[in-house]
Amino acid sequence: MIIASLAFYLFSFMAVVGALNVIFQRNPVHSVLWLIFTFFNAAALFVLLGAEFVAMILVVVYVGAVAVLFLFVVMMLDINVIMLREGFLKYLPVGALIGVILLIELAVVFGGWTMAPQAEQLRVFPTPNPGIVTNTEALGRILYTDYAYLFQVSGLVLLVAMIGAIVLTLRRRTGVRKQKISDQVARDSQDTVTLVQVPSGKGLS
Amino acid sequence: MSEHAAAAGGFLTIGLSHYLTVSAILFTLGIFGIFLNRKNLIVIMMSIELMLLAVNVNLVAFSSFLGDLVGQVFTMLVLTVAAAEAAIGLAIVVVFYRNRRSIEVEDINEMKG
Repeated sequence: MIIASLAFYLFSFMAVVGALNVIFQRNPVHSVLWLIFTFFNAAALFVLLGAEFVAMILVVVYVGAVAVLFLFVVMMLDINVIMLREGFLKYLPVGALIGVILLIELAVVFGGWTMAPQAEQLRVFPTPNPGIVTNTEALGRILYTDYAYLFQVSGLVLLVAMIGAIVLTLRRRTGVRKQKISDQVARDSQDTVTLVQVPSGKGLS
Repeated sequence: MSEHAAAAGGFLTIGLSHYLTVSAILFTLGIFGIFLNRKNLIVIMMSIELMLLAVNVNLVAFSSFLGDLVGQVFTMLVLTVAAAEAAIGLAIVVVFYRNRRSIEVEDINEMKG
């Protein structure tokens, strides 16, 4: 129990440190790396909460896909780091003010949080005993049955995102001579060669 | 009941409010990052990812302490939407950079919004 508590403090402290570094780093590449660090620590917090499957999904999806996507884009764009930092100190006071106000509001909302006594009865799908049914299996049992439509819709969201990203970034360059193999293969002798019977001494007109 | 347990155990008993505090700090840092990096579009998108992560921590914490699995299902949906948003947003950033050779927010005024 004590080890779990200390692990909570360690991981949450590291997550906050990572988040601070994401927004304060000078170089966007370092920001992405700190973002990956934050995601790993958040995944560890999820494991502490008993949500193993979501923790693994967080690592796979965020670290494996989203963060690598960020890294690609950051490295692909040739951005001037110095110029992007202009106005950093100008925005610091108003940003800090709004951040502090928001934090106080969240503290007021969540500080006095207590579960309602009837909340236990209102649960939709109570978590089964993890000794009998694992977290992944329990999630799969409700995700593929009661939430099948939501599952399909999230797949549709991903499809639309994929098509949208391709449509946005695909560009046809004009003026480049490329080899089109399908055109070459589809070439037929009847389209290209005409046999002409030339009478002798007349020539072709 | 749980308040008494938290008070008796001191800071070594991790309750729901501890997780909510962490997620509130992460969310605030996300907002702060948006204000701080007004010029860098990519860091703004990373701040948005931080805020979505804070929301996910909230959902999983409530799901775990209430003993209801639906929160974790919802977390997966939020993750999906976050991934889609990152893909589309980065595609827009790439297209914008291709046209304007810059990713400064102040340059984005083509639509006069």
